[in-house]
Amino acid sequence: MSLVNFTTREITCKIVYYGPGRSGKTTNLHYIYGRVPDSRRGRMVSLATQTDRTLFFDFLPIDLGQISGFSTRFQLYTVPGQVYYNATRRLVLQGADGVVFVGDSQARQLDENLESLQNLQSNLLEHGVDIRTIPLVLQYNKQDLPRELILSPADLDDALNFRGVPSFSADALHGRGVFETLKGISELVLKKLAAGTAA
Amino acid sequence: MTSALNPKYSFDTFVVGAANRLAVTAGRTVAENPGSAYNPLFIYSGSGLGKTHLLMAVGHAAKKAAPALNIEYLTLDEYVEAFHAAIAAGQGDAFRRRFQNVDVLLVDDVQFLTNRKEMQSELLRLTEALQVGGHQIVLTSDRPPPEIADLDERLISRLSGGLVVDIGAPDYETRVAILRRKADERGAKFEPGVLETVAGAESGNVRELMGALNRLVAFQAVNDRSINAETAKQLLGIGTEAAPGDGGKTVGREATPAGRTGGGDEFGEFLADVTVTVGKAVEAWRARVGEAVLRWEGEGYRTRRLEALLERDTPAAVDEVITAFTQDVERLKELEAEVAELDPQAAGQSVFRDPERLGEAEEVAATVRNGAAPPPGPSGAFPLAAYAVGPSNEVAVGAARAVLKQPGKKYNPLVLVGKSGLGKTHLLNAIGLELARGKRAVVACLSTQAFVDELIAAIDGDRVDWWRARYRRATALLLDDIHLIAGKERTQEELFNLFNLLQDKERQLVFTAPAQPHTLPGLEERIASRLAGGLVAEIKEPDRDVKRAVLERMLGQDNASPDPALVDYLADRPAESVRGLVGELQRVIGAAAAQDGPLTAGLAREVLEGQSPRDSRRSAGFRTSGIVVSSLGGIKSREKMVWDWSDIADRVIEEFR
Repeated sequence: MSLVNFTTREITCKIVYYGPGRSGKTTNLHYIYGRVPDSRRGRMVSLATQTDRTLFFDFLPIDLGQISGFSTRFQLYTVPGQVYYNATRRLVLQGADGVVFVGDSQARQLDENLESLQNLQSNLLEHGVDIRTIPLVLQYNKQDLPRELILSPADLDDALNFRGVPSFSADALHGRGVFETLKGISELVLKKLAAGTAA
Repeated sequence: MTSALNPKYSFDTFVVGAANRLAVTAGRTVAENPGSAYNPLFIYSGSGLGKTHLLMAVGHAAKKAAPALNIEYLTLDEYVEAFHAAIAAGQGDAFRRRFQNVDVLLVDDVQFLTNRKEMQSELLRLTEALQVGGHQIVLTSDRPPPEIADLDERLISRLSGGLVVDIGAPDYETRVAILRRKADERGAKFEPGVLETVAGAESGNVRELMGALNRLVAFQAVNDRSINAETAKQLLGIGTEAAPGDGGKTVGREATPAGRTGGGDEFGEFLADVTVTVGKAVEAWRARVGEAVLRWEGEGYRTRRLEALLERDTPAAVDEVITAFTQDVERLKELEAEVAELDPQAAGQSVFRDPERLGEAEEVAATVRNGAAPPPGPSGAFPLAAYAVGPSNEVAVGAARAVLKQPGKKYNPLVLVGKSGLGKTHLLNAIGLELARGKRAVVACLSTQAFVDELIAAIDGDRVDWWRARYRRATALLLDDIHLIAGKERTQEELFNLFNLLQDKERQLVFTAPAQPHTLPGLEERIASRLAGGLVAEIKEPDRDVKRAVLERMLGQDNASPDPALVDYLADRPAESVRGLVGELQRVIGAAAAQDGPLTAGLAREVLEGQSPRDSRRSAGFRTSGIVVSSLGGIKSREKMVWDWSDIADRVIEEFR
C-alpha cells in the first residue's frame, strides 16, 4: 500500500501492534480509542472471544485531518498474540508501515517475548520485509506490576532490544506510555518519507 | 547605440510616496513641457529607488504627449562608448549633431563621469547645445552634481542650473503600496498581513523589497499553498523566530489545530507532534527542491527539471535529481568559463544557463574551441634566416635572438626603432615566426593599423569582449608601426590594458617604431613610457655587409652566379634603406630584361647614373650636369641627386666669364 499519495494528497499509516498473547496490545488500542474525539475515530472493530482474547484482529482507524494539505489517516491494528494464529498475524502484517512490539514486562514472559519477536521477524520476511528496515518501536508494558514480578526497562532493553530501536515503558491499562509509543512509531514511519521513498 | 525604453517603466507603474513626490512631479512637468520647465532636470538617489524607472517614465510620458518627439535614453557608459567609437571612426561631428537633434535626452548613471575629463567637456558642450536649442535633458546619478568626484565646475553649475531633485527611501506605506502593486502584477495573492510584514522589515531599497517579494512568490508557487505572515517572516529571516538553518523547512505549522484538544490532551499533543513530523517529512523534499530551484534560479539557471519534480506525485529520487542537476550546472559553469576565455560574447548565450541543454552547450563550447579565431599571425614571407645581418642592425638582431631564447623574460617589450625600409617589419615577423614554432604558441603579429581597424570593427559589431579575449590569449603580441596608434585613444586604452596583462603573464611584446617612443607624437605618456621600459634597439642605415647579403640573396634567386662587380658596385652606393637598395636592383634587373642583356656592373651604373651605353661609347669625356631623370623608376628624389660635380669649377668659371 502507498503510504503517501501525492495525487489525492493522502497519508495513510498502517501501524501494527505485535507481541505475545496477553501483553496488552488491545489495551493500547482501547486507551487510544478512548482519547480520540468521536469525530476523529472510526468504529473500532474488535473480534474477540468471550474471554476477551483477540480472535482475529482489532482495527482502529483514526483521522488526523488535514496536515500540511494531506488528509492523514492512521490505521491501528493488533494481531492475535496466541501462537496458533500465525496465519492471521501474517495477514495483518501485510502492508504494515510500522510495528509496535508490545512486550510483557513480567519476568516469566521473557521467553514468550523473544519467541514473538522472532515470529515477527520471520513473518515480515515472508512479506519480503527486513525487520531492520521497517519502523519498529518496543513497548515494555505492565510496568505498573510489582517490582519483583517484572524486569526493568533496562533489563528488557538488554534482552529484547538488540537493534537499538526506541523503547517505551508503559502501563497500557492506565494509559501511561501509550501515546508516547504511538508518537514514537508515527515519527519513525513519517520520517521514512523524508528519505523520499514511499513505502 | 541607445537603449529602448522599458515599457514596464512608466508613471502608471511608479508608486508615488512622500519620498519621491517632488521628483515625480518634476518628471511629469518636464515630460509635458520638454525643454521649457526644468532644464536640465537632475534626479539623484541611492541605488534601487527608482531613478531609471522615473527616467524612462519621463520618456514614455513625453512620447505619449508628443509622438513626434525624438527621445533618446542611454546610460552614460553607453554614451561614452558611442562617443569613443564615433571618434575612432572619425565621425565625431556626426555624433555631436545626432545628439544635438534629440528633443528629450535621458542620461542614466551620470556619476561615472569621474575621471573622464574629455567626456565631461563633451557633456558640457552637449548640455549647452541642447539648452540653447530648447531641447530637454534629464540626468540621473546616485549623488548630487557637486558630490561627483572630479567634476568640472562649469558642468556642476550647468547641471545644477535646472532643477536638482532627490528620491528618498520609501516610507512604510509606500513600501506596502509597492509590494501590493508588484504582487498584483505577478498575479500573486498573499494572506493579509504578509506584505505588511515584508514592508515592515527595514529595507531602504525597492530592489531589495522586490527580492523579498520574489522569494515569497517563488516559495508560494513551490509549495502550492499560501503562506502566512509568520512563515513569511521565517522565510525572509525577519524577527527572532526564524531559527537559522531552519527557515523554509518548517512550513505547515499553522495547520496545527489549536482547538482540537477536546478529546483529551494526549491526543491533541499526539496530533501536534504528528503534524510537525508530517510537515517535516512530507514537505521536506519539496522544501529541498524549492531551495534548489531558488538557489539556481537566483544564479540565473533554468530549473525546469527541478520544477517538473515538484509537479510529480511522489518524491522518488529527489536527491539524485538535485545532485545530477547540480553536476550539470557545474559543468555548464566550466564550459561557460572556458568559452568566456575564448569568446566572451558566446559565453553569454542562454544555452549556458540551461542544464537541459547541456549537450548543446558542449557543442557550442566545442565550436568555439575549434573556431576560436586566433589573432593574425606573422607573415611567412619574412623568415629569420633571410634576414641580412651586419653592424648596422646587429644590436636589434642580437636582441631578437635573446627574445627568442627567453620569450617574455629578457627584453619585454622589445622595440625596434629605425627609419622606413630598414627591415623592421621583416625582423618583427621573423621573431613572430620563430615564436610561433613553440608549443601552444599563439602569436599575434600585425600592423598597428590592422589592430586599430579590428578594434573599430569589433566596436561596430559589439564584439569588443571577443576582440579583447582574442588578444589576451596571445602568447606574444607583435605590433608593426606602433606610431600609427597616435591619437587613437580607445586603441591606446585597450593596448595599455593588453600590454599590462601580457607583460604580467611574461608574454613577449615586440613593437616597431620609426623613432624613439618618447619622440613619437600623439602617443600617450603611459604607452610611451612602457615601450621605453623594455629594450629599444635601433636599426641603422644598412652597412656594406647588409647590403651585400641582401644583394647576393636577391641576385641568387634568379641568377646562379651574380656578377661580383655588380654586387660591389651596388653595395658601395650609398643607400638609406634596404628597400631603396632593393628598388635600385629591381631597376637594373628591369633594364637588363628590357635589353635582354646580361646583368653587369656597367649596366647598373648606366641605369642608375643615367648614362646610356651608346652615349658613353660615343663620347667618353662628355660631361653632364649629373642630374639624372630616370625613365625606369619614375622620378625619385634619390635619382635627382647630383653625384658628379667634378667639373663644377669649370662651369662656374665659364658662367662667370
